[in-house]
Amino acid sequence: MNPPDPLAPPENGNGPVFDEPWHAQVLALADALVRAEFFTARQWAEALGAARARAEARAAPDTAETYYLCAIETLEGLVARETAISLEALGARRRAWERAYLATPHGQPVMLGAGEK
Amino acid sequence: MSTFDSDEAARIHQELHHALPSEPALRVKALESLVVERGMVASETLDNWIEAYSEHIGPRRGAEMVARSWLDPDFRARLLDDAGALAQELGFQGHASVHLKAVENSAQVHNVVVCTLCSCYPFSILGMSPSWYKSAAYRARIVREPRRVLAEFGVSLPEGVGVRVWDSTAELRYLVVPQRPAGTEGWSLERLAALVTRNSMIGTERDLSPHVKGAA
Repeated sequence: MNPPDPLAPPENGNGPVFDEPWHAQVLALADALVRAEFFTARQWAEALGAARARAEARAAPDTAETYYLCAIETLEGLVARETAISLEALGARRRAWERAYLATPHGQPVMLGAGEK
Repeated sequence: MSTFDSDEAARIHQELHHALPSEPALRVKALESLVVERGMVASETLDNWIEAYSEHIGPRRGAEMVARSWLDPDFRARLLDDAGALAQELGFQGHASVHLKAVENSAQVHNVVVCTLCSCYPFSILGMSPSWYKSAAYRARIVREPRRVLAEFGVSLPEGVGVRVWDSTAELRYLVVPQRPAGTEGWSLERLAALVTRNSMIGTERDLSPHVKGAA
């Protein structure tokens, strides 16, 4: 579970491992933000390495899930530090999506309410 | 149905369908929506990245089930009889309590799956759905003109082959069982499973080739 390129997904010998769509989305976001020069690949690698060391220190299992949870933590930290989006804004948006999912009936796209953006 | 209670229907649909995404999925959604909305990243850039990996996103359990059905007649019978029970037995059940039905292609019949209402899809069996599966064009056209849509995917069906279009619902999802390609006699389960593409299990591909992968 340790890809040589920090922006590449972990592999299991049979190709990349994404068990859930969000696993892919988080790396897609990291890659796009590096290419848009909000932070560098090196910053990403160092922050992800630190997040993984913390996970190891608390004896988190060495799985793809742990890897991607570290990737989210890393991305949230870098976005808050290097862009105009704060951790508070991320938390508020996460709660807005939760409300939108709970309020949207089947067959309709889940969208944020008018005051939530 | 004589009494249609739209609130009740909406409630059931909501329970079955817009199940709240997991906590990490919501955090990623928050990140994605904010960076896209503020113009920091184009959503097409993210879509292209995901699409490039989409065959690898999620489990490939369907391919394994199909390959086993080619090798083991008893397994095949059980798959066609009750794929949902079989998936559950194998520990492949998704978190939603959804039934799965396997539909088998033959020399006379080609099966293809759609969700006309939204984009119901057996993620726990097939992995991530391709972006075209969710498109309004595919959902509308595959029902109206299946042969033409299949031709656009490169599937040309002989006159004698009928097409069955299966419309997924929140309660019932489908797995197409493609035909085993000729020239694969004696192959292992693993080697056969590697031939089974995602599209063949949705039905937008028909003839699997033993020469694409694993034949060397």
